[in-house]
Amino acid sequence: MARFLVRRLLTMIALLIAISLITFLLFIVVLPGGNPAALIAGRLATPAEVHLISVRYGFDKPIYIQYVRTMENIFTGKAYSYQQGFNVLQQLKAGFPCTASLAIGAGIIWLLTSIAFGTLAAIKAGRYADRILTVLSMIGVSMPPFFLGAMIIYFLGYQAGIVPIGSYVPLTQNPTQWLYHLLAPWFTLSVLFVGFYSRVLRSTILETMNEDYVRTARAKGLSGRRVLIHHVLRNSLLPIISLWGLDFAQVIGGGAILTETIYNLHGIGYLAFQSVSHLDTVTLLSIVMLTAFFVVFLGACVDVIYALFDPRIQLA
Amino acid sequence: MAITGPNPASEGTSYVGLPPELLHEAAELPPGIGPWALAWRRLRRNRIALAFGGLFLVIVVLCLLAPVYSQDVAHVGPNTENITGQITVGGKTEYVVSLTDIPIGPTWNIHHYFLGADELGRDVAVRLLYGGRTSLEVGTVATLITMILGVMLAVMAGYYRGWLDQVLNRIMDLIWSYPVVLLGITLGTIIAVRGLGPFKSTTPLSTALVVGFVYIPYVFRPVRGQVFGLREREFVDAARQQGLSTWRIMWSEILPNLSSTIVVFIPLILANAILLEAGLTFLGAGINPPNASWGTMITSGIDEIPAAFHNVLVPGIMLVLTVMSVNIFGDGLRDALDPRARVRIAISSTSQGEH
Repeated sequence: MARFLVRRLLTMIALLIAISLITFLLFIVVLPGGNPAALIAGRLATPAEVHLISVRYGFDKPIYIQYVRTMENIFTGKAYSYQQGFNVLQQLKAGFPCTASLAIGAGIIWLLTSIAFGTLAAIKAGRYADRILTVLSMIGVSMPPFFLGAMIIYFLGYQAGIVPIGSYVPLTQNPTQWLYHLLAPWFTLSVLFVGFYSRVLRSTILETMNEDYVRTARAKGLSGRRVLIHHVLRNSLLPIISLWGLDFAQVIGGGAILTETIYNLHGIGYLAFQSVSHLDTVTLLSIVMLTAFFVVFLGACVDVIYALFDPRIQLA
Repeated sequence: MAITGPNPASEGTSYVGLPPELLHEAAELPPGIGPWALAWRRLRRNRIALAFGGLFLVIVVLCLLAPVYSQDVAHVGPNTENITGQITVGGKTEYVVSLTDIPIGPTWNIHHYFLGADELGRDVAVRLLYGGRTSLEVGTVATLITMILGVMLAVMAGYYRGWLDQVLNRIMDLIWSYPVVLLGITLGTIIAVRGLGPFKSTTPLSTALVVGFVYIPYVFRPVRGQVFGLREREFVDAARQQGLSTWRIMWSEILPNLSSTIVVFIPLILANAILLEAGLTFLGAGINPPNASWGTMITSGIDEIPAAFHNVLVPGIMLVLTVMSVNIFGDGLRDALDPRARVRIAISSTSQGEH
């Protein structure tokens, strides 16, 4: 276990360094001609003023020193976005509750719904219930979140008046309104994943049902329900859980950009989108590393869950 | 000799170990039928997949006919604005864009604003067809880029192994750990703002490049795994003993055995590429207005909400229909090419008395 943790920690550090380096280089090297000092100084600044600013912020230093400085600032919480004019850490802190609310709620919904749909489709394989679920999942995987969101906002928001039009309400401020405002985003974000997961689960369950140990369990006289839950699902759920870990990590790290944008939720994803539009390297670097952190962290959690479900797997 | 055909795992025409379903199927077949013909037989029986494949073809043909519709039926171009114009609908004269800036809805008259007008008085039906051309072109070019680069890199990594494989694998890990949309808008914005290489600003081709690039790891990983297995097989050994060059082995021994995987991936990547193009465009990092694409049309429609919702609905439904038909056809194709998956479903459904 200790070895497992140390290895994962090293992987994480390596990945964070690599991903930050790539992002940094992408903006500094691939984008020539953008002088951040001139941007800060404004249009009427003299060359001397621009020079002064570039010395003060360290833009005259070699790239590797700039990189180390930027990383230092990000980790000490001093990183400042001159393009958008805010402290990056504070902005991330402000956006995180919104993204976390979206991710956790939607994550629970899409995990449970896809388990229910996938299992139902598998045990009713070939029948009407299966066909209906197949069609629904096909629509789900083909639905862009911003189109689904626009339809919900128009038909349920403007026409029927059921869904609120407006952005996020903090949980601490008003729990009922928080829930009310998040139902539509949760649904929109879940649809895509439910479509995909339930298809995967359906085929893994059908595959597992042909295994020898399932036949043995049936032959022993166990009830169909017990075989399904203890023998089939226990093994079929593993790929779903590892998919879920990766997708959830991306969403909570700001990956739900389209959903956050259409519903006007000012979370990490929206911040990422804004930062890209402003070519704001520092903020984007921070967000990308936050995402990478969640991806590695949840990847490790998934491995632990695997080991709990399947005693043959050793953590090393 | 290379064993070509959809299922590299099965040894030639040996049916030992296949479930009764397939043995039965194999017994009916005339001798000497190839794996591709076998796959076509299975696909032909899947009516739903064929129907949606047909729907996709119809959409493609309609979009290719956009200039014909534009010139001979509607008599307006995709960018012909008509803010002050009036048309006669059902005997009444109406503004194309009303005095309160609300564009007219669908008239269901094939010659004038069949699917309504947008905020600048442009004909939505004409733009829908032209936009479809852009979306399909971007999707197709992106898919080509993903497939060619993904498969080429995967074959090299899987065949040479060693440091090349290590480096390529790490790079793919990096691309993979970026959220797809974030990487897409980052590259798209860089091209839009500063230009990259030959691209001074966003063009449909640059968008296709971005979309194609983002999906490379999704093809690279599974194909690389398959090449690992293939390079240890006897026929590759035999080719090596005969003194064939490495490139020759990769091209004529390994690649044909990957064909079924490649064919299965094409619709999957195409569907996702069309969706990603629309997503990037929605975020302003894809196709630029006034060029019509389904993405730009939905986006400009969303800006108008709650007025004139047909501007969102028409291109949106078309987009979902197209992507869905590609997905369903691709699903059927996979079932036809991968008999194991087919057997799984066939057994479970026959055991319950269906089919």
